[in-house]
Parts: sequence; structure tokens; C-alpha cells
Amino acid sequence: MIQLVNLEKTYPSKSGAVTALKGVNLTVEDGDIYGIIGLSGAGKSTLVRCINLLEKPTSGNVIIDGEDLTKVKRARLLEIRRNIGMIFQQFNLLDQRTVEDNVRFPLEIAKVKREEQDERIASLLKIVKLEDKAKAYPSQLSGGQKQRVAIARALATSPKYLLCDEATSALDPQTTESILDLLKEINKTLGVTVIIITHEMKVIEKICTKVAVIDHSNIVENGRVSEVFADPKSDIAKQLIIPDLIRYTAHKTGDRQLRLVFNGELTDRPLISALAKDLGVAVNILYADTKNYDGRPYGHMVITVAGGQAEFDKVVKYLDQNGINYKEQL
Amino acid sequence: MGFLNLLSSNSFFSQDLIALFQDFTIFISSFETIYMTVISVLLAYVIGLPLGIILTVTDESGIYPIKWLNTVLGIIVNVFRSIPFLILMLALMPLASFILSDSTGNPAMILMLVIASAPYVARMVESSAKEVNGGVLEAAKSMGANTWQIVYKVILPESLPSLIVGGVISTVTVFGYTAMSYAIGGTGLGALAFNEGYVNSDWAIIWTCVLFMVIIVQLVQVLGMKLANILDKRISKK
Repeated sequence: MIQLVNLEKTYPSKSGAVTALKGVNLTVEDGDIYGIIGLSGAGKSTLVRCINLLEKPTSGNVIIDGEDLTKVKRARLLEIRRNIGMIFQQFNLLDQRTVEDNVRFPLEIAKVKREEQDERIASLLKIVKLEDKAKAYPSQLSGGQKQRVAIARALATSPKYLLCDEATSALDPQTTESILDLLKEINKTLGVTVIIITHEMKVIEKICTKVAVIDHSNIVENGRVSEVFADPKSDIAKQLIIPDLIRYTAHKTGDRQLRLVFNGELTDRPLISALAKDLGVAVNILYADTKNYDGRPYGHMVITVAGGQAEFDKVVKYLDQNGINYKEQL
Repeated sequence: MGFLNLLSSNSFFSQDLIALFQDFTIFISSFETIYMTVISVLLAYVIGLPLGIILTVTDESGIYPIKWLNTVLGIIVNVFRSIPFLILMLALMPLASFILSDSTGNPAMILMLVIASAPYVARMVESSAKEVNGGVLEAAKSMGANTWQIVYKVILPESLPSLIVGGVISTVTVFGYTAMSYAIGGTGLGALAFNEGYVNSDWAIIWTCVLFMVIIVQLVQVLGMKLANILDKRISKK
């Protein structure tokens, strides 16, 4: 478990101290895929760098499995870092080393025996599906392949945690998908707790179980992705989650509006036609932004229900029964 | 030796010049210059490489900032770099006579070359080492590498091609300095050009020495750059 307690970070500058984090509190449970989302400059990169103390917090505590990293000796900190893998937007591979020797690097640092290194490298390259690129140099790889090498390298010392700093921001949408799938698989099969820093909502939508929204150096809201998506409270969360929803639905028709939230838990049953067929209620779609990942729908839809209170109640009851998240728009 | 006879019939190619070839003096002088350069550069790197790395690591934006050390070393390096070589040579004669009990000749010259070029090498190494991407250093840190491991497993291998380019530039610079050995009774191509050529107003000898110098520098430059290219894995090769 990772606990950030009252984390503060200020940088000295000529025009006075610049605050990057002010009083951040966050708990990441084992097994989570925790997304931290915010606009650029919100402080999310500083936040993730405070977790492995690449940035030293000005005050506050970083407690990992009960040990306060801000209080341990340097030698112990270096040991703990082997338990926290990290990947980056720009991959940060060693250009002069082959793929396998990049993965070998953390094993050399951890003084693992040579034969064990080779075994470990082979199994890691298998996980990231790059067995055939073992002898290649980073300059011969695509962006997605580079990030796979970085992931294999980050996992080399079998860390319990994996920090991802904008790990998909330099990749095209398709490659992003495959890297996210890989992270999800690693979380599931290896039980690695993943913390993802991103400015892209689709990353959170696709793989995160929990999300924290960061704005102006602080976490403005956090919780399960389904809950935060269904009912974003802060302006920044609304802006990130439903960027044009507000614009499209600002024009009130007088009817009561329901915002349905799909977070992949629903199968692809045709909901709207089911409402019409099973309940005999006509619904109007005002706005829809849904996507399918692995046959599961994600996103939002804003509907109005034709008729009166009775019809509206019927729809709400149906949504409740089928476990669909919704929120009445006011 | 029909070719040399043909040359001697031309008044530009003096008998003295031909003698330089016949008794191999020009080749011996070339060897002396190369030998002085190589030994001096190697010794300069023994001092300059660690110094350059320390300057990089202890820099404000380095992986282990130590402000006072960086400032002190920076000042020392700058002081030596700002003294013209000829003047530094003369100023170091007492030191050479103390260490080598002789302030003249090639050994003294090598000592002076090392002292003059080590700070230069340090700056070359520093500039190469600073080219290493900060993100890569951060990644190494995140894997629990300590400062020493980052230096010898990341900074040095990652900047190797650039270090070699720096080595070529340093070598050519030291090569240029060796020409001043005549001032303290040393030998080499520069001394030959001065003692045999300039003193006797024999322009053919001076220009022949120049030609040999140009060839040597070209070889160092071309081979050095080739080596840097071969070793650089950032350039994908078929």
C-alpha cells in the first residue's frame, strides 16, 4: 500500500517559491490500477516523482508498506526503488545498449547472477512479446516497442509497484491501446499495483480502477472510476470527463435529463431499444460519447424521457435493476 | 633513387631536405611528435576524464550536486585554460626541473602538455557527459542505481561516441602544442621545421613538415570519426 500524507513540494525560483504540490493525501491499495489525471502543469508529474523520491518532498510523508521513504537512509531508499518500477513518456532507454541489455540494467544494479539475469530477461521479453528483438538497439524499434522494452526493464526486479509517467502520451492511439492492454495484463497476472499519470481520459476509462483528479497542485476528487465518472463534482473533473457534454446539453428542453455512465460493466445489450421494447417508453438521445473496448461500452449518454413522472420512474427503476450508473442532470 | 635525383635538380628541393628523407629524420621526427602527443593525451585523460565527470556530477543540475567542489574545480580548470600554452610552458620549467630534474627536452615537454591539456580534456569530457539525456539518468535512479553506477553504467557508455569525438579534438589540439617543443630543446616535426627550416631559411623543409603534420591530423580526424560512428548505436546500420 502506498500512502501519501500531506505531501508538499515547492521549488525555489527567482520570483519566489513555486508550489507544485500542496497537502496531497492519497492512498493506493495493493492491486489497484490508480489513475492520476490532470491538465499539464497541475503537478501530476511531480506527484509521481515524489512516490519514489526522485523528487524530495518539501514536507509530508511517503509511506510504502509501512516504511516512510522520507525518513530512510539513502542505501535503503535505493533498495526500495527496486520494488517500484517506473516508465516514462520518452521511454528513456539506454541507446547504446541492446534490448536485452537494457532489461539487464536493473538486474546488474541489483547484483543478480549472470545466469539468473539471462533467464529473467528471456521471460520478461516473452511477457512484452519482444523475444525476437533481444539483440536490436532502441534506434531500430518503434515507439510502442520501445515502451515495451521499458516495461520489461521496469519489471525486471519483480517490483510490487509500477509508476507510469505519461507512458502512452507519445504513442499513437492504436499503440496506446496495446500498451494499456499490456499494463492491465501485468496488473492481473503479476499482481503489480499500477499508478498511471495521464492527461488523457481514455487511459483512465480503459484500465483504471480508481482515479484521482489533480488541479492546481492538489487532488480535488478521487475514488472508484465508475463513481467519479458518474458524478464528477469538481469543475476540472467535469471538464475532463465530459468535455463537451455541458455545451451540448446546456440548452434545456424542459424534460428531465438522465446521464448514463458506461464503464465497461455492462454487456453490449441494446439499452435504448430495450427501454422502448420492454417498457414502452420513448427516449431521446441528447448526447452520446461512448466507445467500445473489448466489446464493453465506456462513456456517457444523456437522454430525456418522453412522457411524465411515471415513465421517468420506470426508466430509473430499469436502470437500477440492470446495474447501470446514471445521474440526473440538473 | 632517380626520383630524389630529379627533385635535387630543382632548386626548391634543397640537399638538406633530401638528406632528411635519406637519413629518415623526417620520419623519426614524425614518430617523436606522434609519441609525445599520444603519451600526453593518455596522461591528460587520466586526469581530465575523472575531472570532467566530477564537474558534470557535482553540477547544480547534476546527479550529485556539490556546489563548492564544482565551483573550486571550475575555477582551477578555467585558470589553466586561460594561460597561453607557450607561456605556461615557460612558467612550468621550474616544476619540470623539480619533478624530472631536467626542465628541457621531450619528457619535460610531455609534463607540460599534460598539465596544459588535462583541463581542456576535462571540459571536453564535461560537455560530452552533459549530453546524456536527463530522462535516462532519472530512469537509472528509479531503478535504484547509485551515483557511481550511474557514472560507469550510464554516463560513460551512453556518451562514448561523443567522448571519442572529444578525444579526436583534444588529440589534434595537443598535436598542435607539440610544435612548440623547440622552445625548450625538444624534438618532433615542429622542432624540425623550426631548427632546420626556419633557422636556415629553408622553406622546402618547413613546408614538408607542414605536409606531414596535415597528413597526421587528417588520419587522426578521419579514423577517430569513423570509430565514433561505428560505436554509436543510435545510428541504425544495415
